Amino acid sequence: MSEQKIADYDLKPGFKGMATDTGSDQTMFKGVHWGKAMMWIFLLSDTFVFSCFLISYMKGRASTPIEWPYPSEVFALEVFGVSVPLLLIAIMTFVLITSSGTMALAVKYGYEKNRKMCGWLVLATAIGGLTFVGMQAFEWSKLIHEGVRPWENPFGAAQFGSFFFMITGFHGTHVSIGVIFLFIYAYKVFAGHYDTGKRGWFTSMKGDYVEIEILGLYWHFVDLVWVFIFAFFYLW
Amino acid sequence: MSDEIDNKQSILAQSSETMNEYSGSKAADVDYVRPAEVPDQDLYHGHSFITKWVFCQDAKVIGVQYFLTAVFTGIVGLILSWLMRLQLGFPGLAGFMTAEHYYQFVTMHGMIMVVYFLTALFLGGFGNYLIPLMVGARDMVFPYVNMISYWMFFVAVAVLMASFFVPGGPTGSGWTLYPPQAILEGTPGSGMGILLMLISLSLFVIGFTMGGLNYLITVLQARTRGMTLMRLPLTVWGIFTATVLAMLAFPALLVSSIMMTLDKVLGTSFFMPTILKAGEVLEYGGGSPILFQHLFWFFGHPEVYIVALPAFGIVSDLISVHARKNIFGYRMMVWAIVGIGALSFFVWAHHMYVSGMNPWFGFFFATTTLIIAVPTAMKVYNWIITLWRGNIRINTVMLWCLGFIVTFVNGGITGIFLGNVSVDVPLSDTYFVVAHFHMVMGIAPLMVIMGAVYHWFPLVAGRILDEGLGKWHFWITFLGAYSIYFPMHYLGFIGVPRRYFEMYDSPYMTSAIGMNEFISLAAFIVGAAQFILIYNIIKTLKTGKPAGKNPWKANSLEWHTSTVPPEHGNFGDRLPVVHRWPYDFSVPGAKEDFIPQTTPPSEVAHTEVEKT
Repeated sequence: MSEQKIADYDLKPGFKGMATDTGSDQTMFKGVHWGKAMMWIFLLSDTFVFSCFLISYMKGRASTPIEWPYPSEVFALEVFGVSVPLLLIAIMTFVLITSSGTMALAVKYGYEKNRKMCGWLVLATAIGGLTFVGMQAFEWSKLIHEGVRPWENPFGAAQFGSFFFMITGFHGTHVSIGVIFLFIYAYKVFAGHYDTGKRGWFTSMKGDYVEIEILGLYWHFVDLVWVFIFAFFYLW
Repeated sequence: MSDEIDNKQSILAQSSETMNEYSGSKAADVDYVRPAEVPDQDLYHGHSFITKWVFCQDAKVIGVQYFLTAVFTGIVGLILSWLMRLQLGFPGLAGFMTAEHYYQFVTMHGMIMVVYFLTALFLGGFGNYLIPLMVGARDMVFPYVNMISYWMFFVAVAVLMASFFVPGGPTGSGWTLYPPQAILEGTPGSGMGILLMLISLSLFVIGFTMGGLNYLITVLQARTRGMTLMRLPLTVWGIFTATVLAMLAFPALLVSSIMMTLDKVLGTSFFMPTILKAGEVLEYGGGSPILFQHLFWFFGHPEVYIVALPAFGIVSDLISVHARKNIFGYRMMVWAIVGIGALSFFVWAHHMYVSGMNPWFGFFFATTTLIIAVPTAMKVYNWIITLWRGNIRINTVMLWCLGFIVTFVNGGITGIFLGNVSVDVPLSDTYFVVAHFHMVMGIAPLMVIMGAVYHWFPLVAGRILDEGLGKWHFWITFLGAYSIYFPMHYLGFIGVPRRYFEMYDSPYMTSAIGMNEFISLAAFIVGAAQFILIYNIIKTLKTGKPAGKNPWKANSLEWHTSTVPPEHGNFGDRLPVVHRWPYDFSVPGAKEDFIPQTTPPSEVAHTEVEKT
């Protein structure tokens, strides 16, 4: 549907175009797939979820009477006897951002109907996401091993552990859901469901490569949220 | 210039083709409507009892499912209010009623009525049923997600109801669930009760998000040919804007529920300060209870408008149809709805004037709160001007609408008292507040719901509800509601605090005793009167007068479907094409006093229709 022409309608650029589109009949976002518009609005709502989490974190960190732990020490990784601050997080962030790149390429090849390339790139994105979740599990277990718990931590304010586990956990859940869908979609691409328009098992809707883009939007959003979590937890 | 002329000519050429293709009549350029942008929706038709009536993807069935589930919870809420009034009017009469039970009933009554009854009824019930019909779509854009939305709501209700049966009973912390008391021992239901409440709320938010996405995209992207945003019935505008609010406000509720669940289950201290209990320091410490209040009211205030805006929209349509007049100031009404929606995100702390906040902060929120009165008053004036010199039919629907206007103005005026910090502080936590919010967001939206039920029942069931019973229902409810809430204002002025289990022997409040008895009796009668409607519905389903097509002679698309009640897919083979707004009533020069939205301009060439 993304390739489709807008019947008898002049698309104009800029604010004028926006006003014309808003005043027109049928659709407000011309040529935009329903699912894609839906994902954008879902992401707006999800932005509010993460904003509430991060604002609560700021409030909690600002108002707790006990000192906040020093992130470069808490999140340091010992390599060959040298403590390197934020090493694991740097790798995690790199992997996640790279997976955003492979996702973008998958969308491109999807629209070119290049089944093989699209499938491999979706699979690569899924593996990137899985690596991220794996490293997060490692980080969690390291912190738990050092005695950090949601209700207490040996480095300072108890809220550090609470907010850290809650917010990275919530983000990690988002990544994990994304990974599950990436694997499913990789299978669907390889099986050619998007070329033949095979109907979804649950939804009974016809398959289309636009679904790859919709999942891509979600994936980029999850990466963007990570950038904020990274800044607020590890750099502040 | 020449390009433009060329364009116009090509449009003319195409339009005559389109007209020939679509209507087969003589080509008339004034009737031109752009061809469809997207192919017709591809629907999954249920083929068994389960896929047709239980796990159904048809928005109309989902709407009815939402409606019935919400009404069920509403009846539970009604019974709880009876029990509360029994205790307040006649303390000690019900032997089983302890203070703990009373708090639990207050809490559950509030939460059920606001979230599980009104929100679900307006957005889930009316939203699902009316949006696709009114915008001219075959169904919601993603029917499968819509179905899941209802079943999530169903599970949320089941979890909520389960909390009545767990050890300790449901939570009794007040519907605002303020920590730290909500999760500490000593508050009724501080164990499983509060936990189930928080889980149920989270499920509700997740389920609602799925439905809400559908409502929004159906309005934005799935309108029929010719249906511009400014030709939508105000019902759709109200539900649409309320859904936008819900999508942005419910996240705060979800986050606060998750954080409080963790405080309860894992012993984190997000909202829990250092607490001394019986001389011992609890394990909690360092958290901020005020943070919860901010999160809760960032959800809680828009929630008021999530309930009110659909009511505003629906009542506008009902008044217009039954006064046979176009709604006065349609665009003003739309902008007022959008404006109220936007402003509702900047007023939340007026619920927290007594939380110890800085008075200047309170001053800011008092200002924004009072600004909301401007678009709201605009709407009230427009409803009244719509009625003015209208061809008013005093039927049950119109009575409910008039009842709404009166009640809403009444509740709105007391809102001006409470919006000001200096007036609110002495009135805070008295029955004045109870009277205010029940008038403005309890009774007023309920009046609209009742009006909407009498109005759209002929569409849903194909039969007209009995007018005689309807009028009894209205007058008992209307006069009864005033008998309940008018005296409550007075109770508030003499300082009767809300949420108290019993007044005991307060010497300065003797006048409250008789008044409480009177209020309770009125509450029993009003509650019982609601069963008139249920009887009316059952009776009408069996022996009611068949409605036929478009019994109210309305213009909007839902009354112009191929069959009544509309089947799955709504409009038969061909989607309707819209040429005008839905308010062309009593147009001078027209044959009848209404011109449906689908009537092309060439058919009413000699009338003075408004250009929309």
